[in-house]
Amino acid sequence: MPTTSLPRGVAIIGAGMSKFGAFPEKNSRDLFVEAYKDLLASVEKGFDPRQIESFYLGNFSSDLFEHQAHMAPLLADAVGLTPIPAARVENACASGATALRQGVMAIASGMADAVLVGGAEKMTNLPTADVTDTLAAAADMAFEISAGFTFPGFYAAIATAYMAKYGMKPEHLMNVALKNHENGALNPNAQFGVTIQKWMEGRVAAALKKGKPAPTWQTVMDFLHDDSANPMVAWPLRLFDCSPITDGASALLLVPADRAKDYTDTPIYITGSGQASDSALHDRADLTALPAAQRAAAQAYQMAGVTARDIRIAEVHDCFTIAEVVATEDLGFFAPGEGYRAAEDGVTARDGAKPINTSGGLKSKGHPVGASGVAQAVEVFKQMRGQAGARQVSGDVPLALTHNVGATGSTCLVHIYERKD
Amino acid sequence: MTPDQPSRPFTAASFNQYLAEGKLMASRCEGCGAVHLPPRAICPACHSANLQWQEESDSATLAAFTVIYVAPSAQIALGYGREKPYLSGIVQTPGGQKISARIEGFDPLQPESIHVGAPLQRVSDSPALTYRAVTEA
Ligand SMILES: [Zn+2]
Repeated sequence: MPTTSLPRGVAIIGAGMSKFGAFPEKNSRDLFVEAYKDLLASVEKGFDPRQIESFYLGNFSSDLFEHQAHMAPLLADAVGLTPIPAARVENACASGATALRQGVMAIASGMADAVLVGGAEKMTNLPTADVTDTLAAAADMAFEISAGFTFPGFYAAIATAYMAKYGMKPEHLMNVALKNHENGALNPNAQFGVTIQKWMEGRVAAALKKGKPAPTWQTVMDFLHDDSANPMVAWPLRLFDCSPITDGASALLLVPADRAKDYTDTPIYITGSGQASDSALHDRADLTALPAAQRAAAQAYQMAGVTARDIRIAEVHDCFTIAEVVATEDLGFFAPGEGYRAAEDGVTARDGAKPINTSGGLKSKGHPVGASGVAQAVEVFKQMRGQAGARQVSGDVPLALTHNVGATGSTCLVHIYERKD
Repeated sequence: MTPDQPSRPFTAASFNQYLAEGKLMASRCEGCGAVHLPPRAICPACHSANLQWQEESDSATLAAFTVIYVAPSAQIALGYGREKPYLSGIVQTPGGQKISARIEGFDPLQPESIHVGAPLQRVSDSPALTYRAVTEA
């Protein structure tokens, strides 16, 4: 068995998630209970929940989204786990992976022998302007939001800097959205589990049904360039460049590596974990990369003893299409300035050399902020065990990676997963 | 600044007070000479807390930008949004510092005509940090 530089090996023995979407009748608690039940059902030799010793929850802003704070004990109680220690971890959109890292540290240090890691966010109660305001609170209110910025706006600014430096066009970003919806269409838990082609055909059919003139789109690119079908959010980013507003929850069960086979024949080992912080976007020398992601990746690769080339698949933080391009460069999959061609060339497709976001990514699967980082691990857990259904990549997946970003990279985490059999 | 005039604290409130007085002020580290914009209370380069305020030039260039159509509620209250998009950006001062700012003087409906590197001039009577495109005569 390969060695790890963690003081004690860590394994995932179960992973689950709720369906992602807009659920007016469900709150974070209801969604988390669904994820937890899905998780327990995934442990094939069974697991007695009374063995769970600690719970870490990734959640960005239940306070503002649901007017409900102090979420960790509430969810621990909902699944019958009180009085174990329960703590909520907040790191904006990277809350989920931050909770996972707390769980890894708890197991690796010997403090606990079974840890539940969760993520949850309920976002669709609020109107869009209030969601925009709530997400903006992840940036520097005094010196960034005061300039009128929104989160799509920050990533749009990264896109303009990237276009100016490398010659990318907005069409290249559209290829990222097309690819991620192709994957999401095969994920039954995805919020928008439909290809953009099917989406366009649905719009045409709906127009005809209402007796309106049918739109004249010939191709998906026509559709994506149409301001009425794909409205501008923050130039150059349009609606289909942005992840949606989503309700959802996700969960993982961690145990020490040397006990994992008591519960499953195919545990997935976490062999690398990296995390870094950074200043506001405007304080960085280069606006076309996230240094914290580069640093987190370097830590994780070193801990796992692997390189970018060894990674078979990755779930990366595609909150916006440009974010996936930058992520694949920061992770070392492509050289700076070359990542934007990958989706167009098919390299990052499910059957490409480096499949990215086989789940559909945040873009198509949905982005319930605090749940996303944990849901990325749920996807690689399934892919590595050959349980990803219609979207299963072909061939072996011995090594995978997840990349979770808070704000514009003020927090970045990278985790590396191995199957050892 | 004379010794009997104590320096204003290195806070967002002081920065905004200077802006209201028409001045763009950075902090300069007495330990290593680094200039910070926005101002800081501790120098991240050398960790010194011995700082001075320093007035910045009103000229800058556009480092990155966007035209925002889905606006936050503060901008909606000012009449911005889908029908009236607006620009936000990151500007770079001649000293190399960068800061987020409102951008005016470009046509928001012609974003392809707006270029990174474009020269800007600060609007000195704006309560929010704002730069305007420099149009060549
Ligand atoms: Zn200094």
